[in-house]
Amino acid sequence: MVAPVVLVIGVIIGYPLVRGVFLSLTDANEANVERNIGVNHLPATYKFTGLDNYRAVLSDSVFWDRLGWTVLWTVGCVSLTFLIGLALANMLNRTLRGRTFYRLALILPWAIPAFISVFTWRMLYNEKSGILNKLLAGGGIDAVPWLNDPTWAKLSVIAVNVWLGVPFMLVALLGGLQSIPGELYEAAEMDGAGPWQRFRNITVPGLRAVSSTVILLSTIWTFNMFPVIFLLTRGGPGDATEILVTYAYRLSFIDSPRNFSESAAWGVLILVLLSVVAVVYRRALRKQGEVW
Amino acid sequence: MTPTSTNPTSTTRITGTAETSTTGTSTSRTSTPRKRNERSRPASLGLHAALAVAAVVAVFPPLWLLVTSFKPKNDAFSTSIVTHFTLANYTHVLADTEFLTWFKNSVIVVGLTTVLGVFIAATTGYAVSRFRFPGMRPLMWLLLITQMFPVAVLIVPLYNLLASLGLLNQPAGLVITYLTIAVPFCAWMMKGYFDTIPVEIDESGRVDGLNPFGTFWRLVLPLARPGLAVTGFYTFVTAWAEVAYASAFMTGEENLTLAGGLQTFVNQYTNDWGSMTAAAVIIAVPAALVFAFAQRHLVAGLTAGTTKG
Repeated sequence: MVAPVVLVIGVIIGYPLVRGVFLSLTDANEANVERNIGVNHLPATYKFTGLDNYRAVLSDSVFWDRLGWTVLWTVGCVSLTFLIGLALANMLNRTLRGRTFYRLALILPWAIPAFISVFTWRMLYNEKSGILNKLLAGGGIDAVPWLNDPTWAKLSVIAVNVWLGVPFMLVALLGGLQSIPGELYEAAEMDGAGPWQRFRNITVPGLRAVSSTVILLSTIWTFNMFPVIFLLTRGGPGDATEILVTYAYRLSFIDSPRNFSESAAWGVLILVLLSVVAVVYRRALRKQGEVW
Repeated sequence: MTPTSTNPTSTTRITGTAETSTTGTSTSRTSTPRKRNERSRPASLGLHAALAVAAVVAVFPPLWLLVTSFKPKNDAFSTSIVTHFTLANYTHVLADTEFLTWFKNSVIVVGLTTVLGVFIAATTGYAVSRFRFPGMRPLMWLLLITQMFPVAVLIVPLYNLLASLGLLNQPAGLVITYLTIAVPFCAWMMKGYFDTIPVEIDESGRVDGLNPFGTFWRLVLPLARPGLAVTGFYTFVTAWAEVAYASAFMTGEENLTLAGGLQTFVNQYTNDWGSMTAAAVIIAVPAALVFAFAQRHLVAGLTAGTTKG
């Protein structure tokens, strides 16, 4: 029972991973990997170069620039998504008329495949004739170059990613809120605790298990969020919105000649970064007594 | 588990700070005598206003997509609601483009991925849940860590691997790729489900003379049906919406999947928003329907997979 499982996992994940690490230690590119041209089979001619790729990547400012923006992007997206999700979840957790309607409406973005939403947003953001700029024009405001100006493009991609991410946060946090026993709030109210105190001392600790999980998940997802940036701006203008993942993709699939080894090195570095984040985060949770 | 362990401390903290807060709440309490849990009128209005704004922001883009898809091609960017209702975009997409081919490609890839993925994830989850074997903890860790594998780590080796196997531009190539994404996470979720099924059921199966696989297949799997539904759904959604691998591995109009195909309508060279919107609606509707059925279980599955472990 166990052997085939380990085998399958090993083949579909272990092999590419090991191979990726290996490629990052070579000088493989489009011109020297094993390939077929017509009926001719050309064997691989790339060689082992040790840590050269890593040295090159880490001493290049491109990597650090992209890392800076990726961190900003991740922190910005995750914190906004979490705060908006938390606020909306708290509102939806009260008795109010039309609750089901609000809930369904707010979850809708999650139900639509992300690449469809991203294309839709590209339509809305269209500088000359998109509806956002037309609405602004109606209010007498100049057209905003949503995707063509580095700063606006950054804000735009973050906005879309937050829009995409809120429903998951909302649903997860709403589930967390509903698992907090109502008696706690009643007791606190009896004791005269105000809304803010109830929130701080009951809601926040009660949500800790759920929120620590969703924050970690969404950090990882956002860090690696490929479609939003790739489809919205292609990393542009220039490389203003290029995060680490899309840049690594560009190295091996868009730039010419395709640079497989450097792209692999970027990939390994991203993985190392994320692992460090996860381990540190986990340790921090453990210190607070979380079982995770 | 965690809420019960933290709650006692938080309640004591509340009682400790109670005296200082009474002034703050009593003012609002005395001015308008009303029942507990009842809001003042402004508060209620504010709540509804905030939710309504959020709902509009959430609903507007997909709604606008739908509206635009019914407009004649040249009106794609007009701000009005449909003035000349037309299905021309839909008929154009279905009849004159490769859309149906892409749809077929996607269905083949996604269907195979879902069936295979759920099967592998279920067996893996079961094995990890029931058997203690050397290397189990590292295996669980590996499954968890793969969630943070960026596209960039696997894409190059997979590309080279598929190229050398002649699987580029083949559905099989994408299926293998998608399994690498879906299986680890789904296995983790399935383990959570199997952990909730009592081991006694396995034992009774063994007593009745079933081999381990028989026990798994005939007794445990039917009980884990909700878990299977969630993993199946998760796999479906992941594969249906995947962009990076699909863009890199599938080239040539007749080989594209939906994610790749949609990109051909709107790129540097063409701006066929009419076709894009119609195609997008056709792609989004089935996914949204499937989602509507599964969404309640989805979060439970997602968070269960990471909190149990």
